[in-house]
Amino acid sequence: MTERASEIVKFDNVGVRYGADQEVLSDLSFTLYPGSFYFLTGASGAGKTTLLKLLYLAQRPSRGGIRMFGRDMITLPRADLPDFRRRLGVVFQDFRLIEHISAFDNVALPLRLAGVEEPRVLKAVHDMLDWVNLADRAQALPATLSGGEQQRVAIARAVIARPQLLLADEPTGNVDPEMALKLLRLFEALNARVGTTVVVATHDVQLIQQMPDPLIMRLHKGRLADPTRALRYPPARTRSPQPGRDPFSAEGAGGNGGQA
Amino acid sequence: MSDHDHPIDAREAARLLPTSRFKGPIPWVIAILMALVVIAAAGGLALGNLADTARADLSNAVTVQIIEANPQTRAERAQAAAAALASQPLVVSLRIVPEEELIGLLEPWLGTGVGGEDVPIPALIDVELSRRATASEIAGLQTALDRAVPGTKIDAQSTWLRPVYDALAALQWLALALIALVAIATAGAVWLAARSAFANHRETVQIIHLLGGTDNQITRIFQRSVTIEASLGALVGAAVGVAVVWLLGFQFAALGSGMIGGASLTASDWVIVAAIPLAGVLLALLTARITISLALRAML
Repeated sequence: MTERASEIVKFDNVGVRYGADQEVLSDLSFTLYPGSFYFLTGASGAGKTTLLKLLYLAQRPSRGGIRMFGRDMITLPRADLPDFRRRLGVVFQDFRLIEHISAFDNVALPLRLAGVEEPRVLKAVHDMLDWVNLADRAQALPATLSGGEQQRVAIARAVIARPQLLLADEPTGNVDPEMALKLLRLFEALNARVGTTVVVATHDVQLIQQMPDPLIMRLHKGRLADPTRALRYPPARTRSPQPGRDPFSAEGAGGNGGQA
Repeated sequence: MSDHDHPIDAREAARLLPTSRFKGPIPWVIAILMALVVIAAAGGLALGNLADTARADLSNAVTVQIIEANPQTRAERAQAAAAALASQPLVVSLRIVPEEELIGLLEPWLGTGVGGEDVPIPALIDVELSRRATASEIAGLQTALDRAVPGTKIDAQSTWLRPVYDALAALQWLALALIALVAIATAGAVWLAARSAFANHRETVQIIHLLGGTDNQITRIFQRSVTIEASLGALVGAAVGVAVVWLLGFQFAALGSGMIGGASLTASDWVIVAAIPLAGVLLALLTARITISLALRAML
């Protein structure tokens, strides 16, 4: 596999249409660079979730080209998808936790699917749950967790394998401002220490303002605006992490995704 | 298995897809089908043994009949026929059936006190051959007898037993057809169950896919669940089937009939019967694998 270090995602005139309806995404052409941190904004129905679905390989576009990690995703054989999905971390808007397994097992799942040895899984999951303040809820089933707790489990699951690309759909929608800031710091640490490219879809203007000089991708009626020219010029590769302890500051489980 | 196709730990698989054990219909359906297969297979094997025993007992024998009204002449002709048969290389042994024995055999129909003079009874010679004789060899024996004692009649017992053998063979084919039908029904039941389980756990499957799970990993999770349920059903079904076969065998043995006694199962037959639940589980496993693989292929 040949990987071009200059880009991690490249969309070329991508469009998505459901049936005979109007396109929900039109003419999307952009590049995401390794180690960058983006916010994806736009009104409800602008196409944020559809764009994220394309990025986390749950959907193929109706037209256009998509390259990720140096490979053409349009012609990628189905059997090769798992290898690429393991490079991604996804925080779904509706969490998508598996209901009949514990919070601990939900967080451990990406590592177990990747074949990480169980002692390393245990340590990494305990550390991660501790960091998102859920150590005492590790054995709880998702249905017994509050919305905010479920969201933190979903985030822990998304970042546990140190993905190359983290996609988060409204990741702070159900948590208080203090926890929202803490989760943002977690994403920053992942971005800075592991080199993960982060895309956070959010309505939360206050959250965006927490970042100095944020790179914003704005969707409007299925088309992409570039208010910060984030997509036009390669941004600085990584940000400096805020001081303090985070799950990525020491040697952790390490999935198969991190670049650093 | 590719390098990203790590097997899922059994405990983890159990958590991801809890098995219903005997709560769902599948173990019970498989149990009923397995019981039917065990009974049909044991019946087919027993019929095969019955036919083999009958052939071994009867197919190497012929009966010579001498019809003569005069008892004195009949006895002389029987002696002459026996002498002619004894010189034949195919004949191992022979016995002129005593008249008292023949009268005893006819008593149920003719009543007691019926002597050779009241009702002319043909003389009979039981002849044991070294092997099952062909039609031409029987004809050769008849020619030799005709030269010595004209008017005798050879009755090859395998000839009049042929309809019985044919009926037994038909029953064996019936048992085989029943087994084939039940195997198809088992595969169908597992196919439906696997599709239903897949539909019930579609959300879990999608999440595992999006987290980088491979089709093989997901298929193995479902296979494990199906294996447990099918094994439980197969064991229960086989136990019920064996119990029924044992009871039927016990009842037939109590009849004390020599021919029915030949229908018992041998050790190798019991090995075949024991292999049936194993074959059932393998069939269920294969069906589940194909069903889940096809369902996964329809997803991205």
